[in-house]
Amino acid sequence: MSYSKKVLDHFQCPRNVGELEDANGIGMVGNAKCGDIMQMFIKVNDDGIIEDVSFKTFGCGAAVATSSMATEMIKGKTIDEALKLTNSAVVEALEGLPPAKVHCSVLAEEAVKLAIEDYKKKKEEL
Amino acid sequence: MKVYLDNAATTAMSKEVLEEMLPFFSEVYGNPSSVHSFGQASKNALDTARARVATALGAKPSEIIFTGGGTEADNAAILGVAQKLQKKGKHIITTAIEHHAVLHACEKLEKEGFTVTYLPVDEFGLVTASQVEQAIKDDTILVTIMYANNEVGTIMPISEIGAVCNARGILFHTDAVQAVGHIHIDVVEQNIDLLSLSAHKLHGPKGVGALYMKKGTNLPPFIYGGAQEFKRRAGTENVAGIVGLGKAIELATASIDENAKKQTAMRDRLIDGILKNIPEVKLNGHPTKRLPNNVNVSIKYIEGESILLMLDINGIAASSGSACTSGSLDPSHVLLALGLSHETAHGSVRLTLSEYNTYEEIDYTIKTLETITQRLRAMSPLYNPTTKSFSKDENTHSH
Repeated sequence: MSYSKKVLDHFQCPRNVGELEDANGIGMVGNAKCGDIMQMFIKVNDDGIIEDVSFKTFGCGAAVATSSMATEMIKGKTIDEALKLTNSAVVEALEGLPPAKVHCSVLAEEAVKLAIEDYKKKKEEL
Repeated sequence: MKVYLDNAATTAMSKEVLEEMLPFFSEVYGNPSSVHSFGQASKNALDTARARVATALGAKPSEIIFTGGGTEADNAAILGVAQKLQKKGKHIITTAIEHHAVLHACEKLEKEGFTVTYLPVDEFGLVTASQVEQAIKDDTILVTIMYANNEVGTIMPISEIGAVCNARGILFHTDAVQAVGHIHIDVVEQNIDLLSLSAHKLHGPKGVGALYMKKGTNLPPFIYGGAQEFKRRAGTENVAGIVGLGKAIELATASIDENAKKQTAMRDRLIDGILKNIPEVKLNGHPTKRLPNNVNVSIKYIEGESILLMLDINGIAASSGSACTSGSLDPSHVLLALGLSHETAHGSVRLTLSEYNTYEEIDYTIKTLETITQRLRAMSPLYNPTTKSFSKDENTHSH
C-alpha cells in the first residue's frame, strides 16, 4: 500500500491542526475501536462564512491527510458551499487514496457536516 | 540515520550467505537428480545444507524436507496430518495467537468437518501444557503451537507441551519460524514431531524454508511429481536458496548465545528507554519469556500506522499490530487475544532487532519515538482532556 505525495505532504505537515478556541461549531465522527476519530472545529462569521477551521484526528496517515485537506477545502467558504463537500472531492484533491482508506475521506466529509449542523443548532438556540 | 527494526518481517541477508549461494546461480547448475558430475555437485550441496539444518535442530538429515518457506511448511504439516489421520480423528488443538499460515490452514480444515480448539492465552501471550492436556479429546490428532509469537515475541513452553503430546501419543507440530537460529531448539529432547522454519528470518534468502518431519511420521506428499525431497515435495530443488538456508542456519546456531546476549541487552535498553521517556505506554508480551529481538509497545491515544509513517520519515523501519493497512479495521488478533482493548491495540508498534543493530540506533529510536508521540498526541482528540466528555466507545460512526 502506498500513499500519494499529496497525502504524505498533508500527513507530514497537516494544515489547521489543533483546537479552535472560539469555534462555534464542532463535529466529531468515528470511534477509537475502529481506529479513527476525527474532530472538526469551525468558526462561522455573521455572513455565514467559515472564517476559520481546525481539526484533531486519531487515526492512520489517510485519516490525518483527509482531515487536513478537508479543512483547506472549506476555509473561507460559506456553510452552504461547505455542505457540498464530498468525500470523492477530498480523495481527488489528495491525488487518490488506497481503496482500503477511502472510508477516511467519508469520515472527513461527515465531520464537516456535523460541525455545520452543530453550528446551526447553536445558532437556533441563541 | 537509517535504522532497520523490522527483523521479524525479514532480515538482511548476510554477506557470507550470499557468497556461499553465488556459485549455484551460475557455475554449479546441474540438476541434483542427474547422475552426471554436474548434477552430483548440486546434490552434494543439498546434502551439506540438509546436514546443517538437521544439526541446528538436533535432527537427522533424512528428517529435513526443504520447502518454499515457513508458510508452506506449516500448511504441509497441518494439512498432511489431517489427511493422513482423518480416519483416526478430526480434532486439532492450536492457539488463538498463531500466524495466519497456521490459523487459515486450520480454518480450511474446519470447513471440511474437522474441529479446532483455539486455546486462549494469558495477558502475556502464554498457553500452558495443562491447557493443552485438558483440551485433548479421544479424536485429537494434532497439536500445533508456535514456538515464539511473531508479534509480541512470547516464547511458549514447548518442552512441556511436547512432553504432554508425547505421553498422549498425539503428533506435535510447532511453527518455529521466529525461533530457529535465535533460541536453542532440540527436537528430540523437546518431543517435537514436526517443525516449520524459514531462511529469511535468520539472514538467509527469501522463498526457502524447511519442514522437520520426525522419522516414522510419514506424512503424505504435499506436491506430486518427481522423487525429490523424499517424495514429499516434488520439483527441481531451489539449490541456491537451500544452500543459503544451510549456511544461514549454521552461522546463526554457531553464534546463537552471543547474538542473543547482544540483542537482549539492546532490546531491554529499548524497552526501558521507551517506558521511561514516554508516558502511558504499555509493553506487550512477556517481560522475560520473550525473543531476544522483540519489542512491542502500545502507545496510548495515538494510532499505529501514523507512528509507522512518522518513524519511516525519520529513517526508522518498524511494523504495527494494527491491521488497518491490510484493509481490515480490526487490530491484530494477537493483541486482542492478549486482552488489549481495540483502542490500545490500534496504537501498537513492533520493533524487532538483529545483531546488526547498534546502541546508537537504539538511542536514536527512543528519542525519535518520544518526539513522534508528542506530535501525534498533540493532534489526537483522545489525548486532550477538554474532549473527555466524548466517550471513546461512542458509536457516532459505524464501519
